[in-house]
Amino acid sequence: MKISIQKEDFDLGVEVKAISGNPKIGAVASFIGLVRDVEMTLEHYPGMTERAIGGIVEEARTRWQVMDCSVIHRYGVLKPNDQIVLVAVASGHRGDAFAACEFIMDYLKTRAPFWKKEWSAGGARWVEAKDVDDKAAERWR
Amino acid sequence: MKVKVLYFASIREKLGRDAEEIELPAEVATVASLRSHLRSRGGAWEDALAEGKLLRAAVNQDMSQPTAAIKAGDEVAFFPPVTGG
Repeated sequence: MKISIQKEDFDLGVEVKAISGNPKIGAVASFIGLVRDVEMTLEHYPGMTERAIGGIVEEARTRWQVMDCSVIHRYGVLKPNDQIVLVAVASGHRGDAFAACEFIMDYLKTRAPFWKKEWSAGGARWVEAKDVDDKAAERWR
Repeated sequence: MKVKVLYFASIREKLGRDAEEIELPAEVATVASLRSHLRSRGGAWEDALAEGKLLRAAVNQDMSQPTAAIKAGDEVAFFPPVTGG
């Protein structure tokens, strides 16, 4: 199980390969989030971020078969089309891989301490949290 | 008792600081009472931590409710709802 909060970019192929070594793994589902439209600065709470994501991954493991996973979230300055976040889950079968991947992403959105500040011609503004993200996370209760 | 308090994102900017150590009076023993204690400093504090404002708090790096207890040596953080992913 890999959790990394980093400034650097990441490579999906490398991450998938790293979690697919076990011959019992029959499925890997992955999600990548990209920066839409405007440049942004991402801030996080070092220590708590890793801890929060670790807790989310542990919860996913109690619900589905998660044989390995990789969660990477970037911080710092990011430009349109840059990769922000990766969640990849390896499992025996696709159902568990898909579900765990979506669950981890939905919980990360509402529980991991990251904040986005967008920069546009009009100046800088902190992104507001969205109800739709809370609703997405509530589905899993 | 002494606690460490951290501020993030828009709260940090409004307050002009990211962390401090504070000596608290004995009656300040929950997240909510710490928030109102800080608010009593007035000015930017009253605004950034205003009662109606939607804020989150963490105690020792765990997301916590306003009723959560705080004790000496704890790390308490205040921040807006998160927007990662």
